[in-house]
Amino acid sequence: MVENRPFLNFLAHVVLIFGVVVVALPVWVALVASTHESNAFLRGTVPMWFGDQAVHNYSRMLGTGISTSGMPPVGWMMFNSLIMALGVALGKIAISLTSAFAIVYFRFPFRMAAFWIIFSTMMLPVEVRIVPTFKVVADLGMLNSYPGLIIPLIASATATFLFRQVFLTMPDELTEAARIDGAGPMKFFRDILLPLSRTNMAALFVIMFIYGWNQYLWPLLITTGSDMYTIVAGIKRMSTVADTDPQWNYIMATAVLAMLPPLLVVIFMQRLFVKGLVETEK
Amino acid sequence: MAQITIENLGKVYPGGTRAVEDINIDIADGEFIVLVGPSGCGKSTLLRMVAGLESITEGTCSIGGRVVNDIEPAERDIAMVFQNYALYPHMTVRQNLAYGLKNRRTPKAEIDRRVAEAAEILQIGSFLDRKPRALSGGQRQRVAMGRAIVREPAAFLFDEPLSNLDAKLRITMRLEIKELQRRLGTTSIYVTHDQLEAMTLADRLVVLNKGRVEQIGTPLEVYRNPASAFVASFIGSPAMNLIAARAVPHLPGTGHAGLIGIRPESLIPSADGQIEMTIDAVEELGATRLVHGHVGGEALTVTMPADADLPETLRLKVDPQDIHLFQAESGARLARA
Amino acid sequence: MKRVFFNNRWLPWLLLAPQLIITAIFFLWPAAQAVWQSFLREDAFGLNTTFVGLANYKQLLNSSEYHNSFWVTFVFTTSVTVFTMAFALLMAIAVDRLIKSEKVYTTLLVWPYAIAPAVAGILWWFIFNPSIGILTYVLAQVGIRFNYVSDPTDAMILVVLASSWSRISYSFLFFLAGLQSVPGSLREAAAIDGAGPVKRFFTITLPLLSPTTFFLMVVNLVYAMFETFAVIDSTTYGGPAQSTNILVYKVYQDGFVGQNLGSSAAQSVILMAIVIVLTVIQFRYVEKKVAY
Repeated sequence: MVENRPFLNFLAHVVLIFGVVVVALPVWVALVASTHESNAFLRGTVPMWFGDQAVHNYSRMLGTGISTSGMPPVGWMMFNSLIMALGVALGKIAISLTSAFAIVYFRFPFRMAAFWIIFSTMMLPVEVRIVPTFKVVADLGMLNSYPGLIIPLIASATATFLFRQVFLTMPDELTEAARIDGAGPMKFFRDILLPLSRTNMAALFVIMFIYGWNQYLWPLLITTGSDMYTIVAGIKRMSTVADTDPQWNYIMATAVLAMLPPLLVVIFMQRLFVKGLVETEK
Repeated sequence: MAQITIENLGKVYPGGTRAVEDINIDIADGEFIVLVGPSGCGKSTLLRMVAGLESITEGTCSIGGRVVNDIEPAERDIAMVFQNYALYPHMTVRQNLAYGLKNRRTPKAEIDRRVAEAAEILQIGSFLDRKPRALSGGQRQRVAMGRAIVREPAAFLFDEPLSNLDAKLRITMRLEIKELQRRLGTTSIYVTHDQLEAMTLADRLVVLNKGRVEQIGTPLEVYRNPASAFVASFIGSPAMNLIAARAVPHLPGTGHAGLIGIRPESLIPSADGQIEMTIDAVEELGATRLVHGHVGGEALTVTMPADADLPETLRLKVDPQDIHLFQAESGARLARA
Repeated sequence: MKRVFFNNRWLPWLLLAPQLIITAIFFLWPAAQAVWQSFLREDAFGLNTTFVGLANYKQLLNSSEYHNSFWVTFVFTTSVTVFTMAFALLMAIAVDRLIKSEKVYTTLLVWPYAIAPAVAGILWWFIFNPSIGILTYVLAQVGIRFNYVSDPTDAMILVVLASSWSRISYSFLFFLAGLQSVPGSLREAAAIDGAGPVKRFFTITLPLLSPTTFFLMVVNLVYAMFETFAVIDSTTYGGPAQSTNILVYKVYQDGFVGQNLGSSAAQSVILMAIVIVLTVIQFRYVEKKVAY
């Protein structure tokens, strides 16, 4: 700062504290609500301080769920979400790494065509082609399965472009040294390129894990059996039921559980998270 | 150990740009050859063609009697030291040295033996388990050399390996490379743009300009009898004085214009000197001084002892033996009278 | 560009195969299907399909419901973009001032990115719930009746708030990075030229921030148009009275709920055209950024 103005610094703190409170408010309310009994909400206003039902609510949701709604236990939905998030993140990284490697390190006919096909995924978000994509997945018999949840989401132009960028900045001399050292393309890829892209892979993993975990529309469409529900898509089905028979404490406990894993990832891997976020938009 | 023969070698890029043309060099077993020339002269391209990193579009290159035009770099039995060292950043020094041998399925014990030997020769034993990031420039340079040595190749190829080092370290490493090459007796090709480095290292110099060989010879041959005005001006520091002459007297068959070349140290101050130079500037180098001046419209540089007197005009003489004559257009050397 | 390549005829295709096959099956083929479907019309029982040319498009362009959806989308995306960016910029400016506590505030502001839009929707839905919501209660105390179930404006406010909330951290990070890359020497020079903090912000910082601002604007528009499906579906279902039925939600409703495949496909095609335009703008910008 050019000059020290205590008043402006004070104002900045005020603004930020206000901002932090606004940002935190919904989560605070959910957290508090998840620790009360169901009938705590019948009195008209939501309690603003913690109740004593936390252990009961969370263990009930994780273990059995709301059985009347036909929903599986939240623990099971979280497991589905975990599989999906890991599958999407790892799948995206794997196929983007190999395609970026092919595009950067090889010259072959129709290379640009391949490049544009990959690029096209950016222009076709799932939301705008819902019906026909659903039909394809249904025709392939992939409804209600982990591959159906994961595979259609792993094609990724952003991840491919990210690795392309990373590979382009690798010095040519490394490739040449490896060639003289007798490493063919796949050996070079495995021994040199992959280890050197490790932090980029980790950063991308963080972003893609969050992306996979937070998917909503896709799992909502293709999971028809409750045993395949992911937590983010499942919580909405639960709230629909709860609207008539409000069990706010359970819904909010589920909401907290739904946000917990990606939240932990962001908080504990903030450096990688920021790196991933900034890099994927280049 | 091997000899390297380069015959009519040429390189034309797909776009039609020509990088090198009609190169012929015979390199004897154990010889230290330096390719020298200004940037863009094709010296690196030539080296990379020998290495197999650039394809050969014309002529042949053979290593140890075997034509290698279509052979992968790894199978050419060569090792290369890169300008920026190209050490694998994620591997330790030991892994860097061993990587090429591992890819060749060299037995573990043999790898260990060779790494230990190279470490001993280059005195890098104390940081074998560090990563390149943790090393100084000079240390990285040694590791890069070590990676070449452990391969025990038929030839070493050096691509400006010292240009990333500071001046002082460069001189030390220069001596070490020379010493090492002599000890191992491995045929070497070394690329540099630094003529001093070239002179001190080479058994023979190959001076390149615009993709062609200007001259091949020992450093002294090249210095004493530059084959062209380009070589004359490129080799030697300070550079040779080149003076345009409308007609070169007492030279048969040279009625047309030429260039007279005189090295700064060949111009000797003398009371009875025929050349009268007006002094413009003086550079002190410690032991010697460089005197810049002009005679008529031509600029001249003279090397003088530091303690000599400096009048306003210098009278200089030159031994006719020390006068080089070149054709004006082609720059080719003319035979002395 | 690389100088060094590997030579291999089939290996690059093998490496590209997974990505290309998935793209072809799950992206290009469905997109082509959508285009084809948009020229067809099914009868009420789904037994007969007839080629109707541009009839689906014509019908859409004449449908007041579709016009409404466009208008709703416009209001929604502009509000989300403006609100998100204004809030994020304010936070970024404040954090940029406070070097000492930068890390703490950054951490406290970025975490909502981790929360799924669907969950964000449910959280806001809960705190604005007409009968037990805490904010509804607070508003009622000052005499404002807030009911997103019956009031279209309130419903719009709810979805804008929920959508913006989960997007603030993203814009905040980019604004902060943009602010921190403004060279300190420039501000110092301006200070020496006699510009106070406010004037400095508007004459030096904001112009230098314009590439970031433009980039965020495009990215946030894309987000608000296409990725807020979950927010709508977890709160208002496009209601009340179509007041929050944005284009992507309508595609889904007409296609899945209404089973009007031809119309839904035509809407998909129109949306694709919009994404393509936005992506091209975004990439033009990236190219420009490279040239700087």
